[in-house]
Amino acid sequence: MIEKPVLIRDDGLRHDGRKPEDLRPIKMQVGILKNADGSAYVEYGKTKVVAAVYGPREVHPRHLALPDRALIRCRYHMAPFSTSDRKSPAPSRREIELSKVIREALEAVIFSELYPRTSIDIFIEVLQADGGTRTTGLTAASLALADAGIPMRDLIAGVAVGKVDGVLVLDIDEVEDEYGEADMPIGYAASIDEIMLLQLNGVLTPEEFRRAIELAKEGARRIYDQMKKTLHDKYLRIIEK
Amino acid sequence: MINVSSNLKILVADRQIVRPGDILAIMEQKIMKPMYNPEKHVYIYEDKIVSAVLGLASITDNDVSVIPLEGRYFPKVGDTVIGLVVGVGITNWILDIRAPYKAVLNAGEVIENFSPITTNLRDYIDVGDYIVAKIAVFDRTRDLLLTVKGKGLGKITEGIVIEIEPSRVPRVIGKKGSMLNLLTSKTGCNILVAQNGVVWIRCKDEKSSEIAVKAIRLIESRAHMRGLTEQVRMFLDKELA
Repeated sequence: MIEKPVLIRDDGLRHDGRKPEDLRPIKMQVGILKNADGSAYVEYGKTKVVAAVYGPREVHPRHLALPDRALIRCRYHMAPFSTSDRKSPAPSRREIELSKVIREALEAVIFSELYPRTSIDIFIEVLQADGGTRTTGLTAASLALADAGIPMRDLIAGVAVGKVDGVLVLDIDEVEDEYGEADMPIGYAASIDEIMLLQLNGVLTPEEFRRAIELAKEGARRIYDQMKKTLHDKYLRIIEK
Repeated sequence: MINVSSNLKILVADRQIVRPGDILAIMEQKIMKPMYNPEKHVYIYEDKIVSAVLGLASITDNDVSVIPLEGRYFPKVGDTVIGLVVGVGITNWILDIRAPYKAVLNAGEVIENFSPITTNLRDYIDVGDYIVAKIAVFDRTRDLLLTVKGKGLGKITEGIVIEIEPSRVPRVIGKKGSMLNLLTSKTGCNILVAQNGVVWIRCKDEKSSEIAVKAIRLIESRAHMRGLTEQVRMFLDKELA
């Protein structure tokens, strides 16, 4: 029987030394895949995710095509080597749920009426999982869509807020998710100030929920700024050469 | 379509790199329903004009739009395109014009007194051929129709064909054709830049051909930078000496 690790130390810091409002170190890159129309690689701490976007392109099978807008398909998948115990490659119920939830968030921002009878295919592959895979995946997918030139209302930054040892903390990792009391991932479009993804696992009082949303939005804004910078820097690299 | 009032507070500089969600300008009145303008790649939300894609801001007089830096070619009636034949039907050919939709070239366009019984389409145009065509019909309810009736249109039988990013086509052509003129006059080659990002180059020798291709690749990679015409002129002078 594994003992529950200390999540909030005596000095108020988390098990990895972060303050409750600290994000993990985040890395972002776009345009990393040769074959995809748009792609991105994002790391939140030890969680590593690749996203690829293909489209708009013809729908196969044809009967799925929508007459007035693009069909948006999203596949969230964890690689078998992404977790400590090998994960079976077959889509699990969790993966099907996260694919749906991420797709719905992105559908709300993509201007799909511009491309009737086409499909926009989004692939999110988790290479290493350490908590927050859906939020990292949503951020990566959003960057990949911008990289592909697909028109959107805004970028979506994903981040999760958790409650560990009674304290609300930002960007939880696997340990904090496993032993914490609540896990609330959000997807936030900062420029238009809209929440596109919201889920809660665990228990929060209404007051805690309000504070958690504020904390999440604040963290998402920081990630959103980094996303914008990453897209801008894509062209700076060329100038430097 | 969108009534832009004369008092527009513009927040970005001309040729600044903008991303989806970036606010470009503030208008006087608020519009209740969000409106998307596909030609300008912006949308209006309340009193803000917002960029919908990753691209360069274009400020002209009192008007704001975005030139996309990424994205697939979107067909427009009247555009000159170069398509690759990917299928032969009974009464038509199917072409890939690097758009979200396949293009159809009817046999009647190419062959006089066409009859499916007596003519074998493959005798005229076969899979793997490149065709210069114009988009004749494009409504979003059915497949694109192409026409080859016109000067300079038809099957390509000499020279080389290269693919560039469709978003770079305006830069390769230049203002009033200035960049393209520079390329053709210096290299002595015949260059046709199709709207869908395919370029047909006919040169008198191999060396000019290689230099033309290199020059186009240079423009493609630095499309967002200023002073590009000068850089290209210097490059061509150096290579052709």
